[in-house]
Amino acid sequence: MHDHPHDHGHDHDNEMDEMTARARALETILVEKGLVDPAAVDAIIETYEHQVGPRNGAAVVARAWTDPDFADWLRRDATAAISSMGFVGRQGEHMIAVFNTPEQHNMIVCTLCSCYPWPVLGLPPTWYKAPAYRSRAVREPRAVLAEFGVTLPQDRKIHVWDSTAEVRYLVIPERPAGTEGMDAEALAALVTRDSMIGCGQPSRPEGGAA
Amino acid sequence: MNGPQDLGGRHGFGPVVPEAETTRFHADWEKRVLGVTLACGALGHWNIDSSRHARESLPPAIYYNASYYEIWLRALSDLLERAGEIGADELAAGHAMRPGLRSDRRLAPADVAGVLARGGPADRPGPAPAFAVGDRVRTRNHQPAGHTRLPGYARGHVGRITAMHGAHIFPDRHAHAPDEDPKPLYTVQFDAAELYGAGADPTLTVSIEAWEPYLEHADA
Repeated sequence: MHDHPHDHGHDHDNEMDEMTARARALETILVEKGLVDPAAVDAIIETYEHQVGPRNGAAVVARAWTDPDFADWLRRDATAAISSMGFVGRQGEHMIAVFNTPEQHNMIVCTLCSCYPWPVLGLPPTWYKAPAYRSRAVREPRAVLAEFGVTLPQDRKIHVWDSTAEVRYLVIPERPAGTEGMDAEALAALVTRDSMIGCGQPSRPEGGAA
Repeated sequence: MNGPQDLGGRHGFGPVVPEAETTRFHADWEKRVLGVTLACGALGHWNIDSSRHARESLPPAIYYNASYYEIWLRALSDLLERAGEIGADELAAGHAMRPGLRSDRRLAPADVAGVLARGGPADRPGPAPAFAVGDRVRTRNHQPAGHTRLPGYARGHVGRITAMHGAHIFPDRHAHAPDEDPKPLYTVQFDAAELYGAGADPTLTVSIEAWEPYLEHADA
């Protein structure tokens, strides 16, 4: 660990910002103690930086839009339906899919921490974990949606799902108009991460009416 | 606990700042904190409930001034100290002064994919449920000093059970003891006016997951 000529204590490493120094100090101690293998840390980062992310959820949504049997399965047993596509594991052990309709919009929050469906959406964005979203989503979701540029009809019901247990939610947004001829792969490209949290809408198809 | 984490319905935290979907991290240290935190889970000194409790036990002034990865880093340090794996002297020095206690359980790179794919299901065999879908229930005025997952904004309010999830590990107990103490888990749905009074959004419904000890019959 002493491969750095001036590596004589993190509080002297003045070219590092404080959080970098603290994170590095803790990892250094744990590696020296044999409690953490840095290659395992690298593998975890690689998984969530490049493999597990919201394109997984977009594939689930696009399939639900194009395959009525799959959509039914999602409604009945989202954990099994989603795992059949290979999206399994940590923070997705107990899944529920909630479908937006012309009558009801769905939004997901975790007011108590940062619970989020990792296998289908990856790591949560910063705002999802921050006090502004966690405090306001359950009380004034329309004002929150406005900050995402989303306006719903005044009579649209809104259901906000606060993830207080190990149950994780995925919003299935409504399929955009003008996408009738598109296949699942093309549709998945329209599905945004925020639309699967209930804080956005899917993109419009290119050339479609705005 | 009535700690800084219990944010639902609170005022004054300002606007939400959207973020591009392609942003995964903002600095390399965030990546290391994520990876080290998950890797340390393999040591078996704590569970998901006790790690959440460590985060919410940070002093409010620190919690509200920290990014979420800083909250993770501080809580991880506290959990490791409590487990006897690291000392304040080592943190001050930035180097180990004693060997690790559970280095035999260190997560191997080859095991990462399996561990992440397995996750940690929370459902368990447990007692038969006392409530059914459609029941009107009142959440208890439940304010333990220790860990709980009943948010403050949803205490003492009448709602309706809309789903049952079998029995799940009871976090109020599991955060403080190895005992999983499974209890029936329900989804309970509330009208916004019940939670926030007059002036609440009339189109808004909020639901939580609630373990049976959080609930009583509404007519009781």
